[in-house]
Amino acid sequence: MLQFIARRVLGTIPVLFIVATITFFMMKAVPGGPLDTEKNVPAEIRQQIEAFYGLDLPLWQQYASYMGNLLRGDLGPSFKHANRSVNELIAAALPVSLELGGIALAIALAIGVTLGIAAAVRQNTWIDYLASSSAMVGICMPTFVLGPLLVLAFALHLEQFNASGWDFPRDRVLPALTLGLVYAGYIARLTRGGMLEVLSQDFIRTARAKGASEARVVFIHALRGGLLPVVSFLGPAIAGILTGSFVIETIFNIPGLGKHFVTSVFNRDATLTIGTALFYATLIVLLNLAADIAQTWLNPKQRVQ
Amino acid sequence: MLEAAQAAEPGRSLWQDAWARLRRNRMAVFGGAALIVIAGLSFFGPLLLSHSYEAQNLVLGAAPPSGEHLLGTDKLGRDQLARVLYGGRVSLLVGLAATAVSLTIGLLWGCTAGYLGGRVDAVMMRTVDILYALPFTIFVILLMTVFGRNFILLFVAIGAVEWLTMARIVRGQVLALKRQEFIEAAIALGLRKRRIIVRHMIPNVLGPVAVYTTLTIPAVMLLEAFLSFLGLGVQPPMSSWGLLIKEGAEMMEEAPWLLLYPAAFFTLTLFSLNFLGDGLRDALDVRASKD
Repeated sequence: MLQFIARRVLGTIPVLFIVATITFFMMKAVPGGPLDTEKNVPAEIRQQIEAFYGLDLPLWQQYASYMGNLLRGDLGPSFKHANRSVNELIAAALPVSLELGGIALAIALAIGVTLGIAAAVRQNTWIDYLASSSAMVGICMPTFVLGPLLVLAFALHLEQFNASGWDFPRDRVLPALTLGLVYAGYIARLTRGGMLEVLSQDFIRTARAKGASEARVVFIHALRGGLLPVVSFLGPAIAGILTGSFVIETIFNIPGLGKHFVTSVFNRDATLTIGTALFYATLIVLLNLAADIAQTWLNPKQRVQ
Repeated sequence: MLEAAQAAEPGRSLWQDAWARLRRNRMAVFGGAALIVIAGLSFFGPLLLSHSYEAQNLVLGAAPPSGEHLLGTDKLGRDQLARVLYGGRVSLLVGLAATAVSLTIGLLWGCTAGYLGGRVDAVMMRTVDILYALPFTIFVILLMTVFGRNFILLFVAIGAVEWLTMARIVRGQVLALKRQEFIEAAIALGLRKRRIIVRHMIPNVLGPVAVYTTLTIPAVMLLEAFLSFLGLGVQPPMSSWGLLIKEGAEMMEEAPWLLLYPAAFFTLTLFSLNFLGDGLRDALDVRASKD
């Protein structure tokens, strides 16, 4: 088991390296930099600025120094936000995004698992159809459709919530709900499928024959196996929530990491873009790894690969 | 009497069986019908309309639905119905084209890896594993920023995101097929590799591939809409549903119809595709179906 984990962790290092390299060269291919929108800058000052950001060095040197800084955890200064380093900006924005993602995930799991279990236990009844249809709506309605619709309904017409902003605790509701409901749909489907498969097995029949109550059968015996597909989905789900936050934070004007990423792309703020992209990529890779490990730990059959 | 009974039932192929089962699935049939209607409207509708999607009418501005403009107009006075239908064309085309890209790459990759086996297979699938770990969405965003808003690049980039799973599914199918006796028989009969692949492997792989293709199209359309929403995909005056939703969201307070109609069309299309895909999967895979 430990060998498996060690091997997988080692395997992610080349992946992260590739991500860093690709991101770096992509941003270097983009025209524009810290001097883009400024007024006409005299030649000496331009030289000084370029020297500060290291832009006057040949490309391979820039790459080498960037990679060197990376290893030390330094993501460089931001091009557009003067005097602030990328590390600073990420550190400021990250808690916001984590909070958003966390609440969304909690909503997704709570609603999804409940719906899934209800649908599986009452298969082919109206509960099943209701749950499956709701799940389908969640899958088919992307965040950028659901978000504005929720804002239209609850913020503009019913005036219960603010349409944007992150200042009050109430502001958490609409964004997290938007992000969470979509994944609740997927999780509901997976839970339903997993539970149905487990409930048809012999050991469930044995438990019932031995007189266990239905609640006991479902929650104590079946749930563990039934949740397996959900656990294996958690990796992609969290990755999806992270990338979904780009859109959500843009719609609801939330000062999180996603918004930084999107605006930095448009501002041609190379270091910030690479920094955030790299951060997200690392996070996603590590989360997938964790999900894989969790899955293998829970399901011994998977270890024989 | 026995002869009559034997003569009564003509044999049914896999496809006829699957088609019968599909027809019985009401949601899938509904999905298929809705798709045909939407596709028809999108491709032929703009030809029949009196308004073009790009003709501006600045005097009118954003007007609610009326007799003249069935779905209202956007902030530049363009007819919303025309834009939604035209947007449908673009969204569906991008969806189909990107899916075709990922289908081609995935099919070829998976078939080759699965059939050749051994070291080639190992290398090819390791590559897939490594690529799988990369967060493609981020790359696509960067790609679209760097290389500008090239329409063809859009669906190549999107297609490149989705081929990995297709390759895995195809390879799995090919591996399973390789062990079947009819392939052994074909080899024993002396058929060349290429003929075996084309004539025997690919038709049998088509089942899961068809299912997964039908399920990839909505995923691809989602990605395109996501990119357009961020401003990185289709550019105005061309419209796609993603772009229309973005514009609608911006004008939500004053002109909610600009958001509601594109969103409805988009969601309905995704719904139909998903139901159709699910239905196909249940129809073709006897083990997975509920009956």
